[in-house]
Amino acid sequence: MNIPKELKYTQSHEWARSEADGTVSVGITDHAQEQLGDIVFVEAPKAGRKVAVGEAVGVVESVKAASDIYAPVAGEIVAGNDALADAPEKVNADAYGCWMFRIKPDNPADLAKLLDAAAYEKVASE
Amino acid sequence: MLKTTPLNALHREAGARMVDFGGWDMPVHYGSQLEEHHAVRRDAGIFDVSHMRVVDLEGPGAREFLRFALANDVARLAVPGKALYSCMLNDEGGVVDDLIAYFFRDDFFRLVVNAGTAEGDIQWLHSLNALAGHKVAIKPREDLAMVAVQGPNAREKFWRAFDETKPATEALVAFQGARMGDDIMVARTGYTGEDGFEVVFPAAEAETIWKRVVAQGVRPCGLGARDTLRLEAGMNLYGQDMDAAISPLDAGLAWTVDLKAPRPFFGRKALEARGKKREFLGLVLGDKGGVLRAHQKVAAEGGEGEVTSGTFSPTLNVSIALARLPLGTAPGATVRVAIRDKELAARVVKPPFVRNGKALI
Repeated sequence: MNIPKELKYTQSHEWARSEADGTVSVGITDHAQEQLGDIVFVEAPKAGRKVAVGEAVGVVESVKAASDIYAPVAGEIVAGNDALADAPEKVNADAYGCWMFRIKPDNPADLAKLLDAAAYEKVASE
Repeated sequence: MLKTTPLNALHREAGARMVDFGGWDMPVHYGSQLEEHHAVRRDAGIFDVSHMRVVDLEGPGAREFLRFALANDVARLAVPGKALYSCMLNDEGGVVDDLIAYFFRDDFFRLVVNAGTAEGDIQWLHSLNALAGHKVAIKPREDLAMVAVQGPNAREKFWRAFDETKPATEALVAFQGARMGDDIMVARTGYTGEDGFEVVFPAAEAETIWKRVVAQGVRPCGLGARDTLRLEAGMNLYGQDMDAAISPLDAGLAWTVDLKAPRPFFGRKALEARGKKREFLGLVLGDKGGVLRAHQKVAAEGGEGEVTSGTFSPTLNVSIALARLPLGTAPGATVRVAIRDKELAARVVKPPFVRNGKALI
């Protein structure tokens, strides 16, 4: 299973990466894209939105199903990756290269509470 | 415990993603549903449809029995091997199942029915047989398996794999099958909107047949692609677009109900009393913002409707759906579909959306 060691993960199959500017990039895992199948629609959240941890902020739809994307930490959305709307299939090809939104955490320490690669591997194999 | 077809081990070996499909362990795709879909539109694909049930009806009166049991009229089947699509109705005019009926002799017809409804269908046929005083033998053929080979090059590739079938199948027209011996049938039918064959054969031969067809460059396709292909082709799916509570007249199937002859088929009175209450048409999503899916609410000029089947169309690159809409809604109208927190505009069209590789909308 493709689960990069340097990233953090959620129970709901998002990955999260700390950026140098203090924001966190978020996408869906390789396992999630594989479960969904061919992705045909991505809706990223708008910048400026304040969100709670676990709040549904975006949507990914494959040919067969729709799935929400959840905020891994509380904070403010600082960017949504609108380019994915025109090329949703990129998420299938490179799940970790496709961030869907960037969030500025209210509390940067919250990131440490997410799953590490080993813990996520257990979640994904269930 | 899920039921399995004789091709189950091959699907797993090929790396298929397996799902529970109405109690059957079936492949949804072998890697990419989209690529499988395109293979059928552009070249050829093969589907395991062994979960569907072949039911043979034998004995004097088989034709008369089916003229009573089916809403379409098998009297119009005169050439051996010719088939028709029909609904079987309950006493309220709802659809018990939709099926294909093949005529071979006046005392021998073959039905192919849906997987999830097969057991109920067989019970239903027995009760109609008793009710009408017929003594037709009803023989479910669990010893048979079935594949669909579909696409513009499907027949050519199938013949390359089985050239011995060509003389008997070359002249088949659409909706006609040929039997070779007791247990093999090749029919020019399908559920994709493309040319091709559905092939019925003894279960023990399934792996050999599958491998020989695939060796000719026919792509294994899962039920995922089968669903997007049939939806583009404007074909109904039982349990989704119609069921025991829905009349065929409200499911776009009036063309399959033969009311011309004064033929007292089961469910006719209820159907005629009930009349047509809904339009059944296609939708094409205009706005970006999601994918049309079953059960979404539709706001039309004449009232509310509902999406019965929806998907993303790989051929057209837009989201399409079949929907039950208020009476009087016509192609060309614009409706609004509730997708999550949005109301998105969709155009009403007359299905099919795609036939023989060509966009029709």
